[in-house]
Amino acid sequence: MAKEFSYLNFNRNKEYSYIGKSLKRTDILDKVTGRGKFTADLKFSNMLYGKLIRSTEAHARIIKIDTSEAEKLPGVRAIITAKDVPSIKYGLSPARYDETIFCIDKVRYYGDKIGAICAVDEETLYKALKLIKVEYEVLPAVFTPAEAAKEGAPQIFEEYPGNINTEIHLEFGDVEKAKKEAYYIRTDRLQGQRTVHGFIEPHCSIAYWEGKRVTIHSAHQSAHYLQHHIARIFNMKEGDVRVILPYIGAGFGGKLDVSGLDVAAVALSKITGQPVKMFFDLEEVWYNGRARHGMDMKYTTGVTKEGKILFVESEIILDGGAYTGLGVASSYYAGALLTVLYDFDNYRFDAYRYVTNLPPCGAQRGHGQPHPRYAFESHLDHIAEDLGIDPIDIRLLNARRANTVTPNGYEVKAYYLKEANEMARDVSGWKEKKGKLPKGRGIGVGNGGFVTGAGYCMYRTDLPHSIAMIKVYDDGTHAVVYTNAVDIGQGSDTVLTQMAAQAMGYPYEDITICTRDTDLSTLDFGAYASRQTLMAGWAVKRAGEDVKRKILAQAAEMLKVKEDGGYRFGKLTPEELECEEGIVYVKQEPAVNITFAEVARAYFVKHGVLIGRGYYHPGKLGGTHKGAAVGTSPAYSSATQIAEVEVDMETGLTKVVGTWDVHDSGFVVNPQLLHGQVHGAFSMGIGETIWEKVIFDEKGRVLNGNFAEYRLPTALDMPYVESLVVDTFEPNGPWGVKEVGEGATTPTLGCVANAVYDAIGVRISELPLTPEKIWRALKEAEGAKEKGGK
Amino acid sequence: MAEFIVDKDGIKRYLVTITVNGIKYTKMVKANSLLVNFLREDLDLTGTKKACEQGDCGACTVLLDGKPVNSCMVLTVSVDGREVTTVEGLASNGKLDILQEKFIEHSAPQCGYCAPGILMSAKALLMRNPNPTELEVREAIAGNLCRCTGYVHYVQAILDAAAANQERKDG
Repeated sequence: MAKEFSYLNFNRNKEYSYIGKSLKRTDILDKVTGRGKFTADLKFSNMLYGKLIRSTEAHARIIKIDTSEAEKLPGVRAIITAKDVPSIKYGLSPARYDETIFCIDKVRYYGDKIGAICAVDEETLYKALKLIKVEYEVLPAVFTPAEAAKEGAPQIFEEYPGNINTEIHLEFGDVEKAKKEAYYIRTDRLQGQRTVHGFIEPHCSIAYWEGKRVTIHSAHQSAHYLQHHIARIFNMKEGDVRVILPYIGAGFGGKLDVSGLDVAAVALSKITGQPVKMFFDLEEVWYNGRARHGMDMKYTTGVTKEGKILFVESEIILDGGAYTGLGVASSYYAGALLTVLYDFDNYRFDAYRYVTNLPPCGAQRGHGQPHPRYAFESHLDHIAEDLGIDPIDIRLLNARRANTVTPNGYEVKAYYLKEANEMARDVSGWKEKKGKLPKGRGIGVGNGGFVTGAGYCMYRTDLPHSIAMIKVYDDGTHAVVYTNAVDIGQGSDTVLTQMAAQAMGYPYEDITICTRDTDLSTLDFGAYASRQTLMAGWAVKRAGEDVKRKILAQAAEMLKVKEDGGYRFGKLTPEELECEEGIVYVKQEPAVNITFAEVARAYFVKHGVLIGRGYYHPGKLGGTHKGAAVGTSPAYSSATQIAEVEVDMETGLTKVVGTWDVHDSGFVVNPQLLHGQVHGAFSMGIGETIWEKVIFDEKGRVLNGNFAEYRLPTALDMPYVESLVVDTFEPNGPWGVKEVGEGATTPTLGCVANAVYDAIGVRISELPLTPEKIWRALKEAEGAKEKGGK
Repeated sequence: MAEFIVDKDGIKRYLVTITVNGIKYTKMVKANSLLVNFLREDLDLTGTKKACEQGDCGACTVLLDGKPVNSCMVLTVSVDGREVTTVEGLASNGKLDILQEKFIEHSAPQCGYCAPGILMSAKALLMRNPNPTELEVREAIAGNLCRCTGYVHYVQAILDAAAANQERKDG
């Protein structure tokens, strides 16, 4: 029998010069000295300051916009509304481009974009904003999917009858047949809430024109998409739009859409002939939205007596908010990746994304995954409990294995979720704790994972997904890596520089990276779908290898092995040479060597500039059913997380006391950065499980658009975190890499919720698990018990 | 109270002298000038970050006479005659502060937007308590929000900086 090919323990004993090591971040000095510039830190001569004019109704027809008083205010330079800008529709899902720069005729949520204004300073700007009067014909509004779905409900868009923005009905295998074979079937329904990304840096964009070209500095996650959309919206050539992304104060999916600031800055700077800086205050970040959808999730699962999953039926209703943004992808993602996690043949997935009169939802770390993972992991724990199986055992039984294909057409290469479960179980002391902790203390497990880059560009194109270039200085003493991979804090600049050093065989400290500038650097789609390490990594690795190839060929003409060296006299072939850490040497006789710099200089004299080029395209991936493209990826990560919590049974207050993450991330380029991703993911996931929720009033106004009332975890809330990896190798990744950043958020909500259930014995079916909800649930359970006792 | 002049529009401008990172600046500011804007706009010290603008996030933390404050909540006129230290003032004579060194070693910041604020809160802590416990470190930076890091490497880096300070003293 052929032995199953394993990518496990593949990297053991392998020592590289520059990868697999926690080398110093390339940007770290800028970030600890305050020298690094974020968009809001930039100043240009004669710069104006601008704000969006926002709707003060949730759903209304615009009757009149009176800007006359504001225009009279000294210092106001320009005020624009829909009539002054192109009316082309845009968005991120090409099938549902439904936004315009400014509202035409109608506003669809409180905070919707009506226009923009710029002035000589911020003080004038705020004064002028107050003078703008908008007259509305107020329309009835809907604020929940249930209201949106009602017969006769107000229609928010003509193109979405019944307010249904996206509807998905997919079936793989034969669910009805599996139902008949199941030993046990259970249904659970749980709700996940609307959240915000919670990055600290609010959006900011600065634009200015030079002739027919416009330059935009922006806090954005993708230089390419911003360039593409600006060009499309203003009917310009992409080459006439230059996008520069300074340091970015994190994104988590929230800086991927066209925010409105970008387009307004472009339009206003065209009119005024001056640089215009547009910015959000923090509350406007909430109104911009684009964060995690609220979801109502119903799962029905049938299992064998042993707990093997035979089928899953999943129905998910998403609160989309006012526009689509990335929402089509969010809807598909909500159902797509369950089949990657667990191995079962029969799957039905139905989803309905409703538009409502609230800020639009989109992608937030783990795009579409964390809520469904939370719901399914809770559901799976109930099934295990009903069958008398340990929660980890049921996961071990169902975990997908390497080298398999999911029923919805994803090819999974390296995949070691089972090993991750086992390792997490052992390091967390699960066996000693599960079922043995005192009341009020509990332990829970959750599984998750993510794509390592999306298989397809967001719009239809044949462009490669990543291009890299490496240029070596004339005298060979320095090299620059060019790629528009976007470091939003996750550390892609560092990881890609490490990869370049490794591929070239050239010192890490002699390389700088030139990124986030469409004029200076090379195409990459940017930071989303956890794609940089693998996709930009391939391009950089290939560029580095291209440099090395040229260096070895040049060196072969320069190096001579002495006759008495016992090797061979005469001209060498490049194959006989190797280059490591800046030294080119003869493999058979390393003492015969020459520096990379000398060789590079000789190359420069003979051929001109020494450049390496790298290219990456994932190829055609996935099945042929509708929506088959969403969820495709060259590689899938997996992770198991375990959390231990303490719940105050009097007050319902939950404290997470310990967390363990075991990630199957393939080869780890920089362990310190990987663990940093896991720490941050836990922090976000814990916040989302216990405190975080965007709250609106009856007019659709955000009530907690600030960091006092929207509670992010603080240093005092964070528990002990242990982050470990399974040593694996991904054949589709450069050096075997896979993602970590988004995948690490996907198990957290489920594992913390399961731990709370373990602690209190009552399932709360709606996130967040606030003290109030826990207290009420405990009281209810007590009441039911007393009643039952009588 | 600082001296002021009244301009043609009747707006008062106050004469303030503030020492920032050891340098004395004398400027005219309006009554509503906030310290964070004074630092960023008037002095071009953009290392101090602005985010929530209402004292919740700590990104704008600076030291005022050695104590950490949210500079978005401080009126510039109230700082007249006082001493302010920003992240730009941490390093001296080209040498990084031990906290900066440890932040680098631990890769503590990720996006780095909160890093200057955390550095200043940590600096204030080590100035008043050179040998803090982990809980004291967490308390000291509890007013500095970070979404990227879960504070894990920050806490380790600050504890490590304190330990290094102690060693230097003992050595």
